[in-house]
Amino acid sequence: MDRRKFITNTAATSALIGLGGLSLSSCLGKSKKHLTILHTNDVHSHIDPFPKDHAQYPNLGGIARRASLVEQIRKENPNTLLFDAGDIFQGTPYFNFYGGELEFKLMSMLRYDAATIGNHDFDNGLDGLYAQLPNAKFDFISANYDFTNTLMDGHVKPYRVFTVDGIKIGVFGLGVALEGLVMKKLYRETKYLNPIEVAQTMSHTLKIEEKCDLVVCLSHIGYSYGDDQRPSDLKLAAQTEYIDLIIGGHTHTFLDKPTIAVNRKGQNMLINQVGCYGINLGRIDFYFDVQNSSSAEGVSIVV
Amino acid sequence: MVLKMTHFVIFITLTVSVSCRQSPEKLVGITGNQIPITDSLHGMDSILTYVASYGKHIDEVLDEQLAYAPVKITKEDGSYNSSEGNLMADIVMERANPVFESRTGKKIDFVLINFGGLRSSISKGPVSARTAYEVMPFENHIMVVELSGKSVGKLIDFLVASHTAHPISGLHIVLDKNDRLRSVDIQGKPFDKNRHYFVATSNYLLGGGDHMDFFKEAIQVTDIDYLIRKAMIDYFTKNDTITAAVDDRFIKVK
Repeated sequence: MDRRKFITNTAATSALIGLGGLSLSSCLGKSKKHLTILHTNDVHSHIDPFPKDHAQYPNLGGIARRASLVEQIRKENPNTLLFDAGDIFQGTPYFNFYGGELEFKLMSMLRYDAATIGNHDFDNGLDGLYAQLPNAKFDFISANYDFTNTLMDGHVKPYRVFTVDGIKIGVFGLGVALEGLVMKKLYRETKYLNPIEVAQTMSHTLKIEEKCDLVVCLSHIGYSYGDDQRPSDLKLAAQTEYIDLIIGGHTHTFLDKPTIAVNRKGQNMLINQVGCYGINLGRIDFYFDVQNSSSAEGVSIVV
Repeated sequence: MVLKMTHFVIFITLTVSVSCRQSPEKLVGITGNQIPITDSLHGMDSILTYVASYGKHIDEVLDEQLAYAPVKITKEDGSYNSSEGNLMADIVMERANPVFESRTGKKIDFVLINFGGLRSSISKGPVSARTAYEVMPFENHIMVVELSGKSVGKLIDFLVASHTAHPISGLHIVLDKNDRLRSVDIQGKPFDKNRHYFVATSNYLLGGGDHMDFFKEAIQVTDIDYLIRKAMIDYFTKNDTITAAVDDRFIKVK
């Protein structure tokens, strides 16, 4: 027998068996999977912490501190995603001077994975937003702004699917109605579509067609408006299915803890929003096990 | 023998992939938290250094002295008009009128902005671009609105009823001792309800802010693409000394 050929064959075989054995053991579910989702909203160009003598938020916030925290969490769990729910722009001279350049560059340094578009992100017009895109190394996702007849066409995705440790996470974005909130000359031919109708389609696409394990909505439509007829995150949750987490924005809502809401199928899901100005970081952890393991039916949610 | 081994490997691989498909990962638990960003977190040095290079330039520009205010200018020093309100409305008139005139050949008759839009007083001492950011942090810009005499009548009624020193310029309103309207002059001439007027205001008020609903009756609107804050900075750059006082533009006779 040719000695060289024998060695090659043996090596190839053992490599294959090794691979099979590895996937087999992971398949038996000896190790659970763990995904961490971190999020911000309505940071509004607040790059520095508030001054120590600030009446409302003394010495809170600051992107350099947020960077340290995110790094610390990524060390604990490398399977971490970082999102923003819009209104990155407007609020400090950093924006007035640099038009969002620094905000996008810093978010890229923090390795944000995606952001949706808030009403204030139109404050320098579509041209102003477009001009800053090269500084963003993360995706902009919005499913209910139709940018077809604008220069933003092709630069905003309705959704993205992230695969982390074999788990598929489908993320879509929603924006607030622009008319009456943003001057027409800033958003021009951008079309606003009903966010709840769009979410019904998106969540089905992500869960059924893309076969995602998790569906996340980055929403800038606002948490709740009382009895108002306006779409909100609370209404969105109640009128859709398949969404596991809504990361909200726009209303600068500070929640004591994430809201457990019930979807139209009667299943529990989460809504979270962390106020504004980067003074909090939201953290949602998802734990997975294999289907046929001994764990009880249903999902336990601890907030 | 080699052939058999290959079959074995394929068999195992198939079994593995099939069994995996039958038992995908299932979500079993979720925990949610909010982590406050406090000074217990040490700011990442690389980010701090990066931000500082941008912040240094901003501070240099914002803190460069443009003018001097010999006395404090505030919106709280008068009942019907205030030193700061008068300064702001006069700045809008002085800076916006040449722009409007060059574009349309017409002149602004008067200015109305809102009391609530002035977010800070101007301290005695050096005046800089930062002063303008403190007084006017919003991106409000100047709009010139053509109103009918009838709509201007509603605007005046609104001012009379508001009991607030909304900043005005070009208007002279006199109330009698019972808070009833006694006279209105616009650019030194009696108000004529049969003509149109050009009113400079902010895009915020034009858009329905502070319930100044008469602006919804605008016949024509000209956006002169001029931020109120930019007008302030331009004014501070042109004038060494910034002074303003309560005057008689809106008064009540005793």
